[in-house]
Formats: sequence, C-alpha cells, structure tokens
Amino acid sequence: MKKICSVFMICLLSACASQETQPTAEVVERSIGADEGAAAEGSGLATGGPTFHALQDPDSILSQRSVYYDYDSYTVKNEYRELVLAHARFLRDNPNADVLLQGNTDERGSREYNLALGQRRADSVKNMMTLAGARDAQIESVSLGEEKPRTTGHDESSWAENRRTDILYHGE
Amino acid sequence: MLICSRHFSHWLFFLLVWWLCKPLNAALDIEIFGGGATQIPIAIAPFAAESRLPQSITSIVAADLQRSGLFRMVDSAGLAPHNPVDVVYADWANRGAGALVIGETNVLPDGQIEIRFYLMDVAKRIQLTSLITTVSTAQLRAVAHRIADIVFEALTGNKGVFSSRIAYVMKQGENYALQVADADGFNAQSMIEYPEPIISPAWSPDGSKIAYVSFANKKPVVYVQTVATGERRIVANFKGSNSAPAWSPDGEKLAVVLTTQGNSQIFLINADGGGLQRLTRSAGIDTEPSFSPDGRSIIFTSDRGGSPQIYRMAITETASGVAERLTFEGNYNVSPDYSRDGKSFTFIHRHNNQFNVAVQDIATRQMQILTKSQFDESPSFAPNDMMILYATEIGGRGILSAVSRDGQTRQQLTIQIGDIREPVWGPLPGLQ
Repeated sequence: MKKICSVFMICLLSACASQETQPTAEVVERSIGADEGAAAEGSGLATGGPTFHALQDPDSILSQRSVYYDYDSYTVKNEYRELVLAHARFLRDNPNADVLLQGNTDERGSREYNLALGQRRADSVKNMMTLAGARDAQIESVSLGEEKPRTTGHDESSWAENRRTDILYHGE
Repeated sequence: MLICSRHFSHWLFFLLVWWLCKPLNAALDIEIFGGGATQIPIAIAPFAAESRLPQSITSIVAADLQRSGLFRMVDSAGLAPHNPVDVVYADWANRGAGALVIGETNVLPDGQIEIRFYLMDVAKRIQLTSLITTVSTAQLRAVAHRIADIVFEALTGNKGVFSSRIAYVMKQGENYALQVADADGFNAQSMIEYPEPIISPAWSPDGSKIAYVSFANKKPVVYVQTVATGERRIVANFKGSNSAPAWSPDGEKLAVVLTTQGNSQIFLINADGGGLQRLTRSAGIDTEPSFSPDGRSIIFTSDRGGSPQIYRMAITETASGVAERLTFEGNYNVSPDYSRDGKSFTFIHRHNNQFNVAVQDIATRQMQILTKSQFDESPSFAPNDMMILYATEIGGRGILSAVSRDGQTRQQLTIQIGDIREPVWGPLPGLQ
C-alpha cells in the first residue's frame, strides 16, 4: 500500500511540475523533514557508533535540542550555552555528523520580520557552534519564522515555546 | 487487464488531483463601523426592471459607497424615477438627498442586459453624469462596481476603487491558498494552493502578475504568477531564504530579501530572475522593502539601530545610498507600504503589546495610529490612498479589515471558514 501511495505521489509531483514553466534556479537546499529515511542511508548516524547514542540518551545534554529566546531577542541565553557548546563539540568530534538549525518565532508581529528574526536565531546558534570548533559545512541554518508553530495557542506560554531554535541531526 | 488497470490508475490519479486541487470555497461577510465626519447624503432608487435580474445592481452600488464611509444612504421608498425627466427634485431635496442615482435595465433578445444609469445633483437640479452599456449577466457585479466608481469620482473628486481587486492568503486546515477577490471580497478565486505556507503576495503595478513567497520547496522561495493564465515561475531561489518581494513602479524589477550572503538583506532582481544587485549593507536584518512611486527610493524595516524601525534609502545605479531612519516612536515599527502619492506610508506600530495600523507623513514625520485592535498585520494602501487594507484577528482567527486614511471608518470582511492573512490591495483596473 505504501508503495502504491508513493507511486501516486510521484505521479502527482511530476504532474504538478509539468504544469509550471521551468524554474530559473535549482532548489539548492536539501530538505530534512521530507525524506529523513533517505538522508539516514548516507549519514554516519545510521551506523550508530557508541558516541551517536549520546544524541538520544536522555541523561546526555545532547538529547536536548531546543534553544529558547526572550521576546524580540536572538541572543542565546546563558542557560543554553552548555547545550549549544555540547553539540558544537559533538560536531567537532564527529566530522560526518551534520545538523539543520531551524529558527522559529512566536506569531506576533510581521511575518516577514519574523522570518528574518528566526534566521538570526538559527544563525546565533550556528555562530556559537562554529566558534567552538564545528565546521561551517556541518551546519545549515534556516528560518521557519512564525509559519510552523509547535504550539498554536495565543498565550504567553505558547509564544515562549515557539521562540526557539531546534537542532536536528541528519539521519535521525 | 493491463489497459484496464491503467485506466483505473488514471482515474484514481485524477480523483486525487481533483481532491488536492479543489478550491477552498468561502463567502465573505462585510461589516462597517463608524463613518466620516461629513458624509454625502445620497439616494439610490432601484433601477427599472432590476428585480428580474439575477443580481441587483443598486444594492451593490449602495454597499460600495457605504463601505467608503463617505456616503449616507437616503431612503428612496415610494419614489421610483428611472429617467432624468421623471425626477421631481423637490421630493428628494425634502428627504435631504444631495445626490440621486437612477437607472433602467432591459433584457435584450440575445440575453444581454442593457443598463442606463444617471447621477443627478439634487441641489443644482442637473444631471451630473450617465452611463449606457450592455453586459452579460456574468458582468452585472462588475458594472455595478463601475457605476459606484463613477458616482464616487463625480461626488468626491477622487478615483473610486470598487473595481479593483485584492489578494490574500487563506489557510484552511493544513492548506494554504493564494486568492484574488473583488475589493468587496466577492468572486474569490484561488491562484495556487499548497500544503505549505504562502506569504507576502505583491501585485505587479499593472495588476497582471502577483509575486509571493512559497514554502513548498521546504524553504522560502519567491515566485511570480500571471493572474490571467496561472502560469508561474521562480524569480528568486538562492541559497538560504528568499522573501518579501516588492515590485518597482515600472514593473521591471523586484526588490527581494535574501540570506544568500549572510543576514537578511535587500537585493534588486529583474522580474525574469536575472541581474541580481545588492541594495542594503547592514550587520542586522533589512526586510520588507516598498518602492516610492517614482522608483527612486525604498522604505524598509531594519533592526540596525537595535529595534525594528522603518528606514528610507535612495536607489542608485552604482551604489546604495545612506539609509535614513523614519520612525522613532516605540521599539517596533514594521511592514511599511508607500502611499501611491508618495507623501506618506502605512506600517504596523507596536505599543502596550498591541500591534496597530499607523500612517506617517514623510515630510512632517507626523504619525497617527488608526486602529485599536490587538494584532494587526500587513497594511497596504488602496489605489486611491483613501483606505488601508490589513489583516487582523478575532478569536484567534485571521480576518481582513480596512480602515479609512483618517481612521474614521472601518470595515471588516469575515469569512465562515478558514483563516485569512497577508492581504494586499491591487492597482486600479484601468491600468491593466
């Protein structure tokens, strides 16, 4: 059934593509959420050396993946420094690991400004990681702005939850 | 058997396409609040034989004029002139009407409808203007908007915008539709639908195309779509984020915001995707460009001073000019849109945790807050600069609203289903 579904999806995608004119530029960024399975094959994570288990180990700081921000701010707060630096060291020590950093904002204010603010949030984590020894090529920072909220409430606790950079490892 | 299963899969495939592409249907309701200090009293007599038409013309004319906040409807009950010679001016003067709309409709043998409309000045006892035209039933709404435009211009001296169109994004469930509708919210049609977010639609100056940002490629990419044909193509898909398209007044270029060189910065790109040129150079966020009507400068949002504020910068062929800060009140001023006359801009101003529509005069720097709601977003001027269309929120759901330039009149377009955001008012149809 899964196979049939995917065949239909491919038909559908090619049908949609043929309805448009040719894009002038190629899609340059890979997508992580769309094909995590495919990403896992090429990644060192799927083979799972002992160090990689630390990423899922609830006792390890590496299992923590979200950096939260104050309203209007993209500064990584002191309480998240250790978390970011632990991931930076992990990337430094595991050159075939790589991460996607997704910056998010709460729903208030301009969507375009929030898109830019989310980018700065992701970039703030990326900068801290590269300064701590991770390589630039291991880290991709993108913004989802306010478009993909984790919680959809319209209150302070929901907003705080959505002001966030997520650290996603390829192949998990 | 092979053929049979192929047919079956084709059928299933089309069913799937139909299911994924079926329009997000919705009708809009309109509510009007407040009104201008001086309203023109106008009587609109039902046109002769109008009740036989599938669509009343005069009710649309009345609704259009009322929405502007500049007109007060005078009761026409009991009086029904359809021709200038039938008008007894004293009757209308007694009811307090300053102007009178009358007319006739006539269904022709081929099904077309002949419409005769006259605008009368009750005080001067003269005919101000008229229109005689023949249309199909499908064009009845359009001709009613045209009549409202003629009345509006004759009595206020300003261009009417009732024949113009708006674009906005509707979210319904997990689907996003870029829709185009008449200025009164009717005739909504989806230009494109995606299961991923769409933001920042922008009309080309001639109204033939809409630029927008789609997340369909898992990241923001700028597309341009032709309204009439639905043909679309990518204009900006560089490494990183591509967003905030704004058309130059000649329609040949777009200002876009890219992160390809680091921070979100404003670039100029040809409408065909070539000729990239960087416009701003700051260490912070520069976004939401809007061109001055002469095309010689842009206003935009930047946090270079520590908080998001609105700046203006001249555009030259060779180098980027120095950015001049325009807003100083509060620590959050975003989403600027230049007025068509180039004298002011509208934007979102935050104060006391409220996000409101404001306007600022460019020369005097005088700022005025126009709304009292909680979460207003993406304001844009009507093509005659007299109203500002924006998104706001009621009960956690996005709706469209419009406020007059003086803040006196507000109209609200609500929808039964879905969530509306990112509205933008298109140009006058005469320019198409």
